[in-house]
Amino acid sequence: MNSLFEIIAFLLIGSLTLGAAVAAVGLRDTVHCGLSLAVVFVGVAGLYLLLDAEFIGFIQLLVYVGAVAVLVMFVILITRPEDGVIQQPDRRRQKLPGALIAAGIFLVTYGAIMQSPSLRRDVPEPAALSIRAVGEALVSGHLLPLMAIGVLLTTALIGAALFAMEGEDGK
Amino acid sequence: MLPTETHPQTQRNRPALNFAARRPWSTLALLIAAVLVVGAGVLFLLNLKAPGLLTGAVVAAMGDPGQAPLILKAGLLHYLETAWSCAPWMLELTSIFIVIGTLLSVFGVIFALTSLVERKMLARIQNRFGPNRAGPWGLFQPLADAIKMLTKEDIVPTGADKVLHLLAPITMLVPALLVLAILPYGPGMVPVELGVGILFFFALGATTEVGVFMAGWGSNNKYSLLGAMRSIAQMISYEIPLFLAALAVVMLSGSLSPDAIVSAQDGYVFSFVPHWFVFTPWGFAGFLLFFTAALAESNRSPFDLPEGESELVAGHMTEYSGFKYAVFFMAEYIGLFAICGFAVTLFLGGWHAPLPWLEWIPGYLWFFIKLYALVLLAIWVRGTVPRMRGDHLMGFAWKFMIPMGFAVILAAAVWHYAGGGVPGWLASAVIVLMPYLALGRVVAIQYPASRRVYRFSES
Repeated sequence: MNSLFEIIAFLLIGSLTLGAAVAAVGLRDTVHCGLSLAVVFVGVAGLYLLLDAEFIGFIQLLVYVGAVAVLVMFVILITRPEDGVIQQPDRRRQKLPGALIAAGIFLVTYGAIMQSPSLRRDVPEPAALSIRAVGEALVSGHLLPLMAIGVLLTTALIGAALFAMEGEDGK
Repeated sequence: MLPTETHPQTQRNRPALNFAARRPWSTLALLIAAVLVVGAGVLFLLNLKAPGLLTGAVVAAMGDPGQAPLILKAGLLHYLETAWSCAPWMLELTSIFIVIGTLLSVFGVIFALTSLVERKMLARIQNRFGPNRAGPWGLFQPLADAIKMLTKEDIVPTGADKVLHLLAPITMLVPALLVLAILPYGPGMVPVELGVGILFFFALGATTEVGVFMAGWGSNNKYSLLGAMRSIAQMISYEIPLFLAALAVVMLSGSLSPDAIVSAQDGYVFSFVPHWFVFTPWGFAGFLLFFTAALAESNRSPFDLPEGESELVAGHMTEYSGFKYAVFFMAEYIGLFAICGFAVTLFLGGWHAPLPWLEWIPGYLWFFIKLYALVLLAIWVRGTVPRMRGDHLMGFAWKFMIPMGFAVILAAAVWHYAGGGVPGWLASAVIVLMPYLALGRVVAIQYPASRRVYRFSES
């Protein structure tokens, strides 16, 4: 019962994610593409939840839907073109480079997945990772990278504030 | 005089059409009696299948009011298992649906009540009566509103993006309802026990912004778009102090689970001051930050710029009518309840009683009393505080609330390392008060108070 339910849920969420991903690339309207991307993010979060990775799933929702997708929409709102549809370049000329890039990314991802140790059956199942362990690792072993990220983000924030101030003065 | 014209005298002598509004007490008594009779009848009919099982559960629940919902649910499941011999998976599904149905009906009733209470309270603040025609004290007004909303024409603008226009209210309501699943309503009464409940709350809060955008864009209306843009900017800005205030609580209770946070606030100091976080300096500042940011997150006055009637008609809801508008309305209120419930969980001790000799009142009642007190506070604020100006709104979030949020986190850390007590109290109070005063000065310099000038009416 439980595994059957999980398989059905996986099929539903997976097909929704894939469909939304195709829509995000294929739709003509930029707004629809952005919203389809948000659906993709929600679907990926659902897949994480199916894998019992609650923390990553909700962080995915918080960061990608709450920040990245909203950022995409904000950009659309601010740079709104007159007719509502952003002019896209000729599609026929994009076909060959697009196919090449897609094939390259597929090959690289395929190779990386095939070399991953978690595909080998003889590896024992890793112990369930608690958030407490993640937090303790962050503030003990990985303190320096964490602080570096903090400094980077602060710099970005100050830079953004400076840009905004210049705009306010009309310079 | 024309015969159709009514004479003032005859109008005064006309008998009242509305019995319910004229005799509120007798109508209410009749209603309660009817509900009791129907309930007893249903109980009797269900009892015929397995005598004594359900009545036993009801009697047991009355004997232990603190656990009554749990006992009733267990009794109902036991009854289904023995009397109707349901399969285990059916029982599991029933158990889930009982919880969902209870949550939806309880919050639905509170929503209906609040839509009336808000109008009544605002009316009293503005020296009016408020709705008082439908039923005793206007109690049936929500019913009348619902019928009106359901029968109204659903208008979709010609130039609208029809799919987004339809999906937007749903995208707003679903996260608001989902948040209700992780609130601890009483001892052992958490619908879904989630280790990362706080994160769940913020993740869902972030998805409502997408719904606002869909409504604003899909309506193809400049007011809607402007309202949505304001709303998203406001929600992004005020999410940060909301998060920072909650983070201080998470730091001190050492858990992201709402249940653990509530149990961290158990007990009393001097056997009468409860151990709630709001009674510490950092907790008090954090609660004020959280509540203010919560008002902004739920687009309520004084942060209701996104739907300011005098400027933007109704913001992102301008092009909505009928049932879709009702869904928006419901999402807004349920969101307010959820965020107030979260404030209760984080700072006001969840379902714990405020005094030791009041613990005989069941925990879930305390939870809803506190939740409703916060909702009433929000209504009071709406009735008394004017709307903020756009630049003040943003400046308040980024220049005052976010620095104060960091101060609250620092004060919580100091409180933790001082081990509470008098030194912890003094140190964290100083750490909260100093930035408060300093920031107040800075903001006062930047936005000096001056006499308001009416450009056109005074010369």
